[in-house]
Amino acid sequence: MRPEMTAAPVETGPRSSSERGALARARLLRSLLPALSLGLVLLAIAWLNPRAISYFGFSLMLNLAIPIALATIAQMFVIAGNELDLSIGTFVGFVGCVTATWLKEAPLVGVLILLGSIGVYALLGALIHLRNLPSIVVTLGMSFVWQGLAILILPKPGGKAPDWLLSLMAFKPPFVPFPIIAALAIAAVVHFGLMRTSYGVILRGSGGNAAALSRAGWSLLKTKIVLFALTGLFGVLSGMALIGITTSADANIGNGYTLLSIAGVILGGGEFVGGRVSPIGAVIGALTLALAASPLLTFMHIPPDWQVAANGAILIIVLAARVLISRRER
Amino acid sequence: MASLRLLLAKPWIWSFIGALLVWLATVAFTGGYGGGGMITAALSLAVFTVIVGVGQMFVITLGPGNVDLSLPANIGLASAVAMKVMDGNDQMIAVGLLAALACGMAIGAANYLLIWALRIPPIIATLSASFIIQSIDISYGRGLQIKPPPGFADFTNRQILGIPVLAILTVLFTIGAAIALQRMIYGRSVLAIGQNIRAAWLAGVNVGRIRFLTYTLSGALGGLDGALLAGYFRGANVDIGNEYLLASIAVVVIGGTSVAGGKANVPGVWGAALFLVLLLTMLNTFGVSAGVRLLLTGLIIVGVITAAGGQKALR
Repeated sequence: MRPEMTAAPVETGPRSSSERGALARARLLRSLLPALSLGLVLLAIAWLNPRAISYFGFSLMLNLAIPIALATIAQMFVIAGNELDLSIGTFVGFVGCVTATWLKEAPLVGVLILLGSIGVYALLGALIHLRNLPSIVVTLGMSFVWQGLAILILPKPGGKAPDWLLSLMAFKPPFVPFPIIAALAIAAVVHFGLMRTSYGVILRGSGGNAAALSRAGWSLLKTKIVLFALTGLFGVLSGMALIGITTSADANIGNGYTLLSIAGVILGGGEFVGGRVSPIGAVIGALTLALAASPLLTFMHIPPDWQVAANGAILIIVLAARVLISRRER
Repeated sequence: MASLRLLLAKPWIWSFIGALLVWLATVAFTGGYGGGGMITAALSLAVFTVIVGVGQMFVITLGPGNVDLSLPANIGLASAVAMKVMDGNDQMIAVGLLAALACGMAIGAANYLLIWALRIPPIIATLSASFIIQSIDISYGRGLQIKPPPGFADFTNRQILGIPVLAILTVLFTIGAAIALQRMIYGRSVLAIGQNIRAAWLAGVNVGRIRFLTYTLSGALGGLDGALLAGYFRGANVDIGNEYLLASIAVVVIGGTSVAGGKANVPGVWGAALFLVLLLTMLNTFGVSAGVRLLLTGLIIVGVITAAGGQKALR
């Protein structure tokens, strides 16, 4: 997607203190919105089924939250650079197939394949930058490639996750369920890397104002390669985590993740252009989707036919709330 | 010579050259057997991609971020609506087609309503809408096993001298779309909005109305496509439109339309649709497995888009 250069809002002059206060409040509310929507979903679950709010309940409901959160973070990196990855779902499936076959039987080959696939992502970033290609189409093509490779590796559902991965994903820490700890850790690490380091600022800047960045002497080729490689890396982690939970693989196992990851980034306060993304928000968005996807709907006794619609409706409601808030910001 | 050079400078010619090369490769493989039949089959299948491709093309031309992801769900629901209204009765064909069109238009209008009222990116708006449409389709089309009326099924499969009637009608339709795009106020407005939405607005283009019309048009074409698909494949199906999400975007871009908006190309949609269908035929003829077929399709799409190169910035 070719960005239109969206400049960050510039402070044009002194504002009155009340105006500034209102603006700051609106901004705060906006950054809290992902957490608010997660809280709302949790409240609804607690109200509908109080027993679900327990160590066991959360372990069960957030079962698939780790791979979804990782895939959302992966998508967030390309979105930070104003691109979009429509292949992340099939890529997660491909990684899953490698994990359940090569990584168990010949760990060295498995690791090499996975590292190689991250390399392919880096190359795609370079290709997209050098030839000025639309990332939507390139990743659309790649989604066929990953799916084809996945089917070649694992024609029939099966395989088995490596034992170390199984025991890692089955880890039961005291008091706080593992998915919550993992989500916190993922959010903290990525937040530090992308929001608090100087190169993280450069990476986001490549989405915010590429021309300014390149005139300041930074290589846009390098930022694009790094962003795509990070997407590949987190895609690999997502696929491995997924197989650690499901124990066996299927070439189509990750297909839903493409749309889920995009929705997660947007729910978490990210924007398609301008390098405005939030790792913490993205993880919260992923958790919200994971919870809203089935546990909430099951407790609400929504028939299976309408569960997909309820997902769409939840997305629309959260986004509508965001519009109401950001309208006040302007 | 000069006219040849002029022809080669057209962005859409490459998709036709690609389609021709793929066809030649397949015919060479079969030793000249079935070359004509292959074109007939490719034309009948390409029609469905062209119809939604044109709708998607107008939407994508509106500018960055504009895309209609609700087409597959739309096609699925419209196919069920058409079959239910026609109810296997030849007299109800026109009514069923109109119902499918109306269903598609309502979906397109709802898409734009979401984009406009909630100011959310079209990708997310049409995605959320597609979730809801999908549910409606699952619940509405449950256990639907209505065959299309015999007259309608015949019509969607009829050929004149090896050329499918639907393909001829679709060629006429695409000529109309090309005229609308290049010679009518509506099309010029779409192009203007895609090039610079603010400039278009300042120049007096009614941006909201044009975007509304474009999403409604895309929805209507999706609905029509659903009805025709149900006729051609003899029955409605929730998954009938699934492959048209990727296909509709791919034909638009391979056909030389700019993803950045503001530059559209109607003939290219035909070339790209034929290219994709023939590519699948070729890989099937070569007898490759499903995995290799997907792998090669993906590599060829990436290869074509790399060779065609990205568009230079308009400004």
